[in-house]
Amino acid sequence: MRLSIASALATALIAAGAAQAADVVRIGVEGNYPPFSQVAADGTLSGFDIDIANALCAKMEVQCEMVQQEWDGMIPALTAKKFDMIVASMSITEKRKQVVDFSDPYYDVPSRFIAKEGAFTGYTPDDLKGKTIIVLRNSPRADYIAATYPDNPVLLVDKETAVYLELAAGRGDIAFGSSVVSGESFLKQPEGKGFAQVGEAIFLTDGADGGVGIAVRKNEEELKTKINTALAGIIEDGTYAKLEDKYFDFDVIPQSAKK
Amino acid sequence: MINWSIVIETLPAFWHGLQITLLLLVISISSGLLLSIPLSVARASANPWIRTPVWLYTYVIRGTPLLVQLFVLYYGLPQFDSVRESALWPLFRSPWFCAWLAFTLNTTAYTTEMFAGAIRSTPAGEIEAARAMGLTRFQVFRDVFWPGAWRRALPQYGNEVVQMMHATALASTVTIVEILRVARDVYTNYLVVPESFGMAAVLYLMLTVILTQGFRLLERHYLRHLDPKASRTQAPPKGKQHIADA
Amino acid sequence: MFYGYLPMILDGLRVTLSVASVSLGVASVFGMLGALAKLSASPVLRGIATIYTTVVRSLPDLLLMLIVFYGGQILLNRVAEARGWGYVDINAFAAGTLTLGFVFGAYLTETFRGAILAIPRGQIEAGHACGLSGWQVVWHIMLPQMIRHAIPGFTNNWLVMLKATALVSIIGLDDMVHRAGLASAATRAPFTFYALTGLIYLAVTTISILVLTAIERRYSRGVRREATR
Repeated sequence: MRLSIASALATALIAAGAAQAADVVRIGVEGNYPPFSQVAADGTLSGFDIDIANALCAKMEVQCEMVQQEWDGMIPALTAKKFDMIVASMSITEKRKQVVDFSDPYYDVPSRFIAKEGAFTGYTPDDLKGKTIIVLRNSPRADYIAATYPDNPVLLVDKETAVYLELAAGRGDIAFGSSVVSGESFLKQPEGKGFAQVGEAIFLTDGADGGVGIAVRKNEEELKTKINTALAGIIEDGTYAKLEDKYFDFDVIPQSAKK
Repeated sequence: MINWSIVIETLPAFWHGLQITLLLLVISISSGLLLSIPLSVARASANPWIRTPVWLYTYVIRGTPLLVQLFVLYYGLPQFDSVRESALWPLFRSPWFCAWLAFTLNTTAYTTEMFAGAIRSTPAGEIEAARAMGLTRFQVFRDVFWPGAWRRALPQYGNEVVQMMHATALASTVTIVEILRVARDVYTNYLVVPESFGMAAVLYLMLTVILTQGFRLLERHYLRHLDPKASRTQAPPKGKQHIADA
Repeated sequence: MFYGYLPMILDGLRVTLSVASVSLGVASVFGMLGALAKLSASPVLRGIATIYTTVVRSLPDLLLMLIVFYGGQILLNRVAEARGWGYVDINAFAAGTLTLGFVFGAYLTETFRGAILAIPRGQIEAGHACGLSGWQVVWHIMLPQMIRHAIPGFTNNWLVMLKATALVSIIGLDDMVHRAGLASAATRAPFTFYALTGLIYLAVTTISILVLTAIERRYSRGVRREATR
């Protein structure tokens, strides 16, 4: 009695979701990674990731639905089938490849340290001894910091924009973030005054090919092939170049995809 | 069903998280208890100039989610240069301080109302008798008023401590790695529910049982002048009491 | 003052209020079933109800929510696959309202149990003696009095649930707190938006208290009149 009512209720609640789930490709996106993804004042999503996702959908000739998901639960939500693919600037790493599959990379930009101008002269573990490093949780950057600076205190935050909020707030001494996101969303803003990207530009790989890819669940070869074909298609027909120009004054296209 | 190698691998992390949860609970509850004793007296005062400010404080705290209070303190305050340049900044910089402050402000508000209710329900005769015996105001408070109020509030207070223990899970949203944060990280890395959230559930369940039993013993100690059977069957009130009863 | 994000936050309030009211509906169903189970003659039902209320009150709401959101979805996927239903989605709204309903159902179980027990048996017997059917006894005698006895507990649970909706932002439901986070990141004015959100919660709480006090007065009218006569 109790169970049947509960399940009837559950069915009623999720009926709407189930009805449309069949023929729509749902895309997990993030919203805290400008200029790749952000939420405008009217609640609409925009950014390079969002435009790429829409371009891919048009190319694949499928109907798409964007599902906004916090970074922290992105892969769990994909494997729980909350959506079918992730277009959220997710780096291709060996660690992630154990649980999800990736498309070919669709962009590649380096990571860099961001700190007060002139605060540091070098960036070896000795130079940064005892300094708190701010970095995004569950990211290859966090793994890199943990491996390279094992003795430093690390502040792990839930979203990339928070990396810079915390840096500006002074909760850490130096941040390690995306060179593009820090440039666009922080250094160009009033709060970013006096801060600069420092040290070398680092392309993180952990042994995988690197770059940023579109994640799909394991054993979904058909969808993965479709995405790769569509990706090659939008690079071929110039859509990709147009989007690249819209957001950046430099190339973000991965070496491997260059013609 | 359960992958024991994951359990063993993540056990040290959970053990550490458990200690952090307990630490958060102890520091918030102890400061909350200290603050709410004088505040509850003020709240139960006959003088509106003393009573009203305390009412406003508990009303605002009890009328807003703890998560929002925590976010205002942790993410909100650094918005102001004056805060970042003030002498207090080294404190507000720390997620620990913000979590402690938010939890303390929160539990103090609920505990204050609880104690104030208990104080208000003190039989007038007790006070009159104490006064008639020539006790000073302070003695009346210390020896008559407070012990009685504490006894009456105890079952409810035990409930508040358990609720606060559960509330420490919110510290996971401000970079503090307590039980729930460990569980979320284990889930993200291994994508298994029983070994992550299940493990956390076992830990919280254990803590709840220990706390509940502890308070039952305390009640038995403080309320032993009453029928022990009656005190055992008296269920603590359900859920956090809210403004409407104030 | 709010950088144009005010409409977005207020739209988030709509989400918050719908989560809270749907959750209350779900909680009432769980609570009623729980109360009936606790009062039933069957030891199995009583046992289930006791485990339900004990476990729910022993775990943090946020943990329960994550378990339903991820664990529940995975379980549902397995069942759906086995039975060939195709994909059934527990979206953030369903997970949030189901969890909150499930959690607060445990608290309402006690409220409703108390409300049923508060009705004097003699009244029910009198109803039958006057020739009312079982259904009429429930409708005309039990329910109106249950509402009166349940209102204080119900009020309290509504106010607590309203605040608990803030947690759904953590599982990604686009409520007021979630939007305050997005607006904070975009404008770098977190205090402005979290404080605004806090004030809106306070306003909703205040309005709720005023309305619920009025309702309580309405349902207790008969009782008070008798008392003063």
